[in-house]
Amino acid sequence: MTATLTVAVWKGDADGGFVEHDVPQRANQTVLDVVSHIQRELDPALSYRFACRVGMCGSCAMRVNGVSRWTCRTHVDKVARDGRLTIQPLANLPIVKDLVTDMAPFFDKWERAEGPFVPSETRPADDDFAVVEPAGKQRSWADAAQECIGCGVCYSSCDVVSWNPEYLGPAALNRAWVQMNDERDGGRPARLRAVSGDAGCHACHSQQSCTLRCPMELDPASSIAGLKRLSFKAALRGKL
Amino acid sequence: MNRANEVRLWAVMRLTSMVLAFAVLVHLITMIVVIRNGLSAEEILARTRGSVAWLVFYSVFVVVAAIHGSIGLRNIVREHTAWRGNSLTIAAAVFCVLSLWLGLRAVQGLFA
Repeated sequence: MTATLTVAVWKGDADGGFVEHDVPQRANQTVLDVVSHIQRELDPALSYRFACRVGMCGSCAMRVNGVSRWTCRTHVDKVARDGRLTIQPLANLPIVKDLVTDMAPFFDKWERAEGPFVPSETRPADDDFAVVEPAGKQRSWADAAQECIGCGVCYSSCDVVSWNPEYLGPAALNRAWVQMNDERDGGRPARLRAVSGDAGCHACHSQQSCTLRCPMELDPASSIAGLKRLSFKAALRGKL
Repeated sequence: MNRANEVRLWAVMRLTSMVLAFAVLVHLITMIVVIRNGLSAEEILARTRGSVAWLVFYSVFVVVAAIHGSIGLRNIVREHTAWRGNSLTIAAAVFCVLSLWLGLRAVQGLFA
């Protein structure tokens, strides 16, 4: 006889509730496997998102037993307590239906944090690539922060986001930090203004839930601390 | 308040917290040392009356605590309520002045 998991899954929008299912437990089963089993065998109307199943696309993030995680790389035997799982949509985002959240507010904040690269020159006449010294300090800071997959786990884990809905959040600020360390970028002064103040890096309490939960093991809390340093220096020089 | 001034307030809060870390440590150690033989007003006043060192120390303590506390209170209010804008900044400034007045009066009482 196979062991059975008791899985409570969120159904409906913000006013919805949990529905319990019994799911057969298997070896090496991921939480995404469990959700897929429920959708295929037990509740075809269940809505959820996934794409790559291997931790690259960042679309399958949910809250599992209260903790935001990438479900495709989360093994059931690491997170189930007494054979029970509770699966909810990400926090701090509007629920569209079941396990699907509206990610628009999350990515709108990347725009507000001036996340996109701003070219500082057109392509040179000799058609050469811009050279960025690989061992440079700024390049290494950008390297350490740039592998974000945009899953929203940090945003869902951040208490400051839940208190201050205007707060840009760890992912958008981490993105801004990457671009602040791109020596080719021409939008750095405007970006620093965009990420300073009450809705920006200064709202961060350095509780570091983002760093603790990031599935890519990035360190958004340190990125935010870096932005605070840059912002302070700019304010001292009267350039903010 | 504009963005640059917000960042300056943030910086002032960080700087005052460094002074406070030192001042609180001195204050706590002094408290632990002096109450070993029981606590009496006479003993405290005998130590602080006419002492310029304690006058300077507690005056600095009061000033940084008033500044740090009022900026922090403003941040907490903004984070947990809908109150923003100039009225909140003025209220925080009033709190700062009140803390300074009460604190410096107490310091004066210790010194003179």
